[in-house]
Amino acid sequence: MVTNSILKQYTGAPMGNGGQRKKIHPYKFTLWVGIGSIIMMFAGFTSAYIVKREQPGWIGFSMPMLFWYSTAAILLSSITMQMALRAFKSREMGRYRNLLLITTALGVLFILLQVAGYYQLNHMGVRVEGSGSGVFFIIIFGLHALHVAGGIVALAVMVFRALSSTRRSYDVVPVEVTATYWHFVDLLWVYLFVFFLLIQ
Amino acid sequence: MSNEAILHEADVHTSHSNGHHDEHVHHHKETFLTKYVFSQDHKMIAKQFLITGIIWAFLGGMMSVLFRLQLGYPETTFPWLEDILGHWAKGGKIQPEFYYALVTMHGTVLVFFVLTAGLSGTFANFLIPLQIGARDMASPMLNMLSYWFFWLASIIMLSSLFVQTGPASGGWTSYPPLSALGGASEGSKAGVDLWIISMALFVVSSLLGGLNYISTILNMRTKGMSMTRVPLTIWALFFTAVLGVLSFPVLLSGFILLLFDRHAGTSFYLSDIYLASGEALPNEGGSAILFQHLFWFLGHPEVYIILLPAMGMVSEILSTNSRKPIFGYMAMVGSLFAIAILAFLVWAHHMFVTGLNPFLGSVFVLLTLLIAVPSAIKVFNWLTTLWRGNIRFTPGMMFSIGFVSLFISGGLTGIWLGNSSLDIHLHDTYFVIAHFHIVMGVASFFGMFAGIYHWFPKMYGRYMNNTMAYVHFWITMIGAYLIFWPMHYEGLAGMPRRYLDYSSWESFKQFAELNRFISTVAMIVFAVQLLFVFNFFYSIFKGRKVTSQNPWGSNTLEWTTPIRPGHGNWPGEIPEVHRWAYDYGKDGREFIPQTEPVGANESAH
Ligand code: HEM
Ligand SMILES: [Cu+2]
Repeated sequence: MVTNSILKQYTGAPMGNGGQRKKIHPYKFTLWVGIGSIIMMFAGFTSAYIVKREQPGWIGFSMPMLFWYSTAAILLSSITMQMALRAFKSREMGRYRNLLLITTALGVLFILLQVAGYYQLNHMGVRVEGSGSGVFFIIIFGLHALHVAGGIVALAVMVFRALSSTRRSYDVVPVEVTATYWHFVDLLWVYLFVFFLLIQ
Repeated sequence: MSNEAILHEADVHTSHSNGHHDEHVHHHKETFLTKYVFSQDHKMIAKQFLITGIIWAFLGGMMSVLFRLQLGYPETTFPWLEDILGHWAKGGKIQPEFYYALVTMHGTVLVFFVLTAGLSGTFANFLIPLQIGARDMASPMLNMLSYWFFWLASIIMLSSLFVQTGPASGGWTSYPPLSALGGASEGSKAGVDLWIISMALFVVSSLLGGLNYISTILNMRTKGMSMTRVPLTIWALFFTAVLGVLSFPVLLSGFILLLFDRHAGTSFYLSDIYLASGEALPNEGGSAILFQHLFWFLGHPEVYIILLPAMGMVSEILSTNSRKPIFGYMAMVGSLFAIAILAFLVWAHHMFVTGLNPFLGSVFVLLTLLIAVPSAIKVFNWLTTLWRGNIRFTPGMMFSIGFVSLFISGGLTGIWLGNSSLDIHLHDTYFVIAHFHIVMGVASFFGMFAGIYHWFPKMYGRYMNNTMAYVHFWITMIGAYLIFWPMHYEGLAGMPRRYLDYSSWESFKQFAELNRFISTVAMIVFAVQLLFVFNFFYSIFKGRKVTSQNPWGSNTLEWTTPIRPGHGNWPGEIPEVHRWAYDYGKDGREFIPQTEPVGANESAH
């Protein structure tokens, strides 16, 4: 769309009147607000958990070992993501590409471990049926995994872009946006993990 | 074309140029599809929201006419109803299931689709870029998606009207177990699934819109437009978006749990249920109150999501048409802020009679009554803005003054309800209906009408017809009070809401005449809204043309654009801003636009 490309120039670049020096890129800012609203959704779920725990028929659970591993995987992926961002900024594109690949792989590993952990929970008798804690896991962990999957898609796009030789881009904004989001889903998981550890 | 090139080309024009010659800056190829349908121009998206909202308002209003027919004439049969509605109106009488479907859909449609999407969607989209001096939203793409998610939500909600078992019927708040058990009633079956899906899409639309509004307001203001210089509309739309972004996701989480209860056999909200047949359901340990918490944590902020845009527009219109600065700009911003914070802390006032711990209840009473303080500040400031002003009674101004009146009336009854001890008597009676229709329903509609009449010249380059507008105003104003004022008495007498026939109650028989009166007025008021709709569409094509760039003599930036601005809003550079938006009647001048530099001997603002 022609209009679209013109507007990108209007909105992506500083104002025509040489006006506002933006401290923060609008896309990044939008991401931060979006993060706020994702947090509210999970706050809704975890407070529902707290309320429901007090009701009759409640069955608790204990944290399967696998979730410790998945936590390690996602924490590690945050580190590699940060290193990738550094590499990008210093224009070490080869290193950037590799680190991005590692991050993506760790993300996939995280999701696999989550699924396995969920089955382990099931094995320990924490089930969706009934009125115990079981159903919360498929919802809360499932939605979190979906958010991670969204991040993986974004990472895959970045990898693809880095690999394609026709398009060389040194625009740091998309990388930063992806990195911020990735750290966010990581921290969100840490919050959920600690929440369930404390409450189990 | 590079950015540079555009700007150089644009430099030829001054920011005060108007007329047609500047349109050529934007004459890249636009097809019908990109211009009117998949448009990314915030002004077009605003119109899409507005017109979709008008269609929904018509449908939602029509529903209320139907159920008022039942309430006003419970004994009478209307054979023509059966012709139109089939088995929903067997024998010419509205059937109970259909009655519940009607009130549920009426609430859902008006609260969410009209007064949230139709109101914020229209005016946030239209006014934010124009009033802060931006070419468009931070992300025109997300903005377009926001409309199309709303459109999808609309289609799904609309389709739910046509399923065999009817649309959702458990009330706009969709409390479980009615909403969670398909077997509970006809209207708990497929209708509720469609309702939930539609509402989930609606939440996505609101979030996309809200994200955009916030980052546009904070990041894309033109040079000189500090946050203390933006018009109050912008502040109001900003807090509206913040409320939405923080509260809609919680509603979404509540809906997700509801879907699981409906289809996965879980017990989030269900416990100890016996069906009428005597059969007991296995669900145990759920809590219907949990849903109420999740719902009202959104629900209360939601009522302010509906009201704040109206407040913002009314502030702007009152000041412009009183030819006086808004009284207490910072107090207005501060009270918006206080309302936004308090909106998150009072949700349990909808739950005083759910067995809430009375001590907790009294905390919520205190917090609820605190809202009266910022509300009173706003009322005081509106009245002092009007006080000894050079008032121009334009239709927009009339509706703004009407808004203030309605907000006072409805706010006062809020204070009654906010006292938990009074609420034990008043909860779920017509008193609540009267309260929220006056303070939220009609008042926000008045804000919306005010906004439409005031900004129509900017939207379409034409005026709406004034005569029709005044008829619309007076009948709606008088009618609204005639409809809702008597409901206070019914509620005080204990008449409960959500019944389709009160004639079997000895205590409420006395209201038969009154109900008939209310229904009659409701139909008249509805008819007058059709006059508005006619005026609106007629004026788009045939209205008197706007010939001056700034017809209201207004200070804000949208009136520095050409009469029919193209995509990008200003043909040349975006004007720089030197002062706040409310220099009316200053230093012997009627108004001083925001773009005018502060003079040597002038006190800056
Ligand atoms: C001084 C300010 C206000 C106070 C103290 C207040 C208090 C209350 C209380 C306590 C209730 C619950 C009544 C019940 O169900 O028993 C209520 C209901 C309601 N209020 Fe207000 N209110 C105020 C202003 C507003 C405003 C400004 C709006 C909207 C813009 C609003 C919209 C509503 C709605 C929609 C309901 C009923 C929802 C339902 O049950 O279907 N209120 N109000
Ligand atoms: Cu409330």
